[in-house]
Amino acid sequence: MTVASEPPSHKGKRPSRLFKNWMAKLASLPMILTALVVFVGGTAWTVTYSFTSSRMLPKTSWVGFDQYERLWNTDRWIISIKNLGIYGICSMILTLVIGFSLAACLDRKIRFESAFRSIFLYPFALSFVVTGLVWQWILNPDFGLQNVVRGWGWESFTFNPLNDPNTVIYGLLIAGLWQGTGLIMCIMLAGLRGIDEDIWKAARVDGIGTVKTYVMVIIPMMRPVFITALVLIASGIIKLYDLVVAQTGGGPGLSSEVPAKYVIEYMFRAQNLGQGFAASTMMLCSVVIILIPWAYLEFGGKKRG
Amino acid sequence: MSNILKSALLGTALTAATATAVMAEGVELEITHWWTSGGEAAAVSKFAEAWTATGNTWIDGAIAGSGGTARPIIISRILGGDPMAATQLNHGRQAQELIEAGLLLDLTDVAEAGGWADIVNPSSLLDACTLDGRIYCVPINIHSSQWIWLSHAAYENAGLDVPTDWNEFVASSGDLQAAGTLPLAMGQQGWQQNIAFGAITIAVAGLDAWKAVNIDKDADVARGPEYTAAWEAVANARELARESNVQDWNQATNMVITGTAGAQIMGDWAQGEFAVAEQVEGEDYSCLPGLGLNPVLDTGGDAFYFPVNDDADITAAQKELAALLISPETQVSFNLAKGSLPVRGDIDMSTANGCMQKGLDILADGGVLPSGDIAFSQDTTLQIEDLMAQFWSGDMSAADAQESYAQLIEDAD
Repeated sequence: MTVASEPPSHKGKRPSRLFKNWMAKLASLPMILTALVVFVGGTAWTVTYSFTSSRMLPKTSWVGFDQYERLWNTDRWIISIKNLGIYGICSMILTLVIGFSLAACLDRKIRFESAFRSIFLYPFALSFVVTGLVWQWILNPDFGLQNVVRGWGWESFTFNPLNDPNTVIYGLLIAGLWQGTGLIMCIMLAGLRGIDEDIWKAARVDGIGTVKTYVMVIIPMMRPVFITALVLIASGIIKLYDLVVAQTGGGPGLSSEVPAKYVIEYMFRAQNLGQGFAASTMMLCSVVIILIPWAYLEFGGKKRG
Repeated sequence: MSNILKSALLGTALTAATATAVMAEGVELEITHWWTSGGEAAAVSKFAEAWTATGNTWIDGAIAGSGGTARPIIISRILGGDPMAATQLNHGRQAQELIEAGLLLDLTDVAEAGGWADIVNPSSLLDACTLDGRIYCVPINIHSSQWIWLSHAAYENAGLDVPTDWNEFVASSGDLQAAGTLPLAMGQQGWQQNIAFGAITIAVAGLDAWKAVNIDKDADVARGPEYTAAWEAVANARELARESNVQDWNQATNMVITGTAGAQIMGDWAQGEFAVAEQVEGEDYSCLPGLGLNPVLDTGGDAFYFPVNDDADITAAQKELAALLISPETQVSFNLAKGSLPVRGDIDMSTANGCMQKGLDILADGGVLPSGDIAFSQDTTLQIEDLMAQFWSGDMSAADAQESYAQLIEDAD
């Protein structure tokens, strides 16, 4: 081992940077190759074949932007994008607000904190498929929430979001929030616990109120925690698929379709790989458009400063 | 990525299944299919029994979920070099590219030995298995979609006679609604709505217009007055089904069985549900092929394909199985259990019930149409289903829907 760890001796020259820590680099080679071949290679392949008229099997018959033209002229795709937009914005804001509020409440040193923490985190242990089915039943007007409330005597109570094309996306949102906020709460709570007690003491000495301390002092200090939460929520939104399949199947009609479902259905059910690839490339584009300016601000800014 | 994962998972599951399968003499063939409901499983066991009786082993590779779930798994296994010995698919264009890629076994010699060209009725079923003069699949059964199922209980409660065609049904729907019954049960899924659309089109627009659009892909006819009338009838049917909140087709059938809905437009597989509920045709429910106006049936259905295999023993066994599936005894036992029509007209189906007899009569008279699986590619089919889903659940006008539909027909392949 001592031989291996000795630095390679090149007379008069500094060792090339490439061979510095070569053992570590060798060990990470499989991971590097996997990343390059599977992620970068797979992405490049998908984008390339989105410009072909591939049906069940990939073929190199180039059709230019035809698949994209068809994609953006398809009602179902437009509906999918709108749904993802509504779901995304609402889910992002509400998850952060509810997650932080719950964490702040638990942070006030209440009794049975760990019990509450488990209860709030518990839904996260369930898969989206189970979540979707459970909420499909809860929101079913004939034996779910509406039926229960009517049973209490409020006969005119109507709560049937899943069967109304205009509200079905909010039915999904409820299930998504129920499932996802627990995890965000835990991350926020960890962040709050990481704040030095002295900050609170200083705030108290200065006579700043609790809420104001949270908003003006604590939240800015928790920036890294918020970024972690944001990335987790955003990736969950983009890949929203299984919840929709389990809870509504995209219905009624097309009113709760999402882009990921479009990709899967056109690739496999319609046996139209080209169309599916075009849709998945658009999903990639939307992620890149959001991600690059953010990464630039977040990491590029720090290097300069 | 997900198809690789699925096939990997499936592979594991099947390895486990193979390990527990009883070893027997003869050749083991693994057969994949998506017949998993009660009646379907009973039907497929008839095949398994017949095959086991020849001294070979049937390894059942049932894939839960409908064809939409199973088909990608089956296709990705064939493409991925892990083919099963035989698999169910709907005949038509689903396997065309697999055939072109040389992945499916040529059955022409079996077909010639068995004289399939003479016995398969209607012959369009065999045409759907044929590419460039070679035969690649065995048609198993015929399922048709142009049926309306009527609940006698619902009409008795409203004090009405059970309608005998679509026009009477529409005329009586107001009284039915007044009696608190939903006239038309409809599962809120595109493929079911597409079936209803197809059936109403044949009844209202007539056969010639239907054929021009579905077979010749004539967009002008799809924009023409016959189709305008059809779309208006569909828009009317949409209002009759407005309160129908169910998703799955069997839930909608159940509404007809319990009498909470007057009727459902659904394929002949709905019979299985009536049978399970011990309803009697003519007493508890009625069936009208072609909605009682144009008694024709499409000839969709299932077929078996045999992926190419390196092993000569397996190839020989595949051909043996192909011949067995279409033999008279197997056809009778399977189709009676499945509630579907046999692919050959020369066998005795006298034990079948009234609805099946009506279907058999129509087949004998030659009132057959190609099914959607044969007429359109999967891509076009999904686009049409998307349009149907949008139309039935929303407030899209009949004229807008007609124009979108005509556009799809124009681009159809």
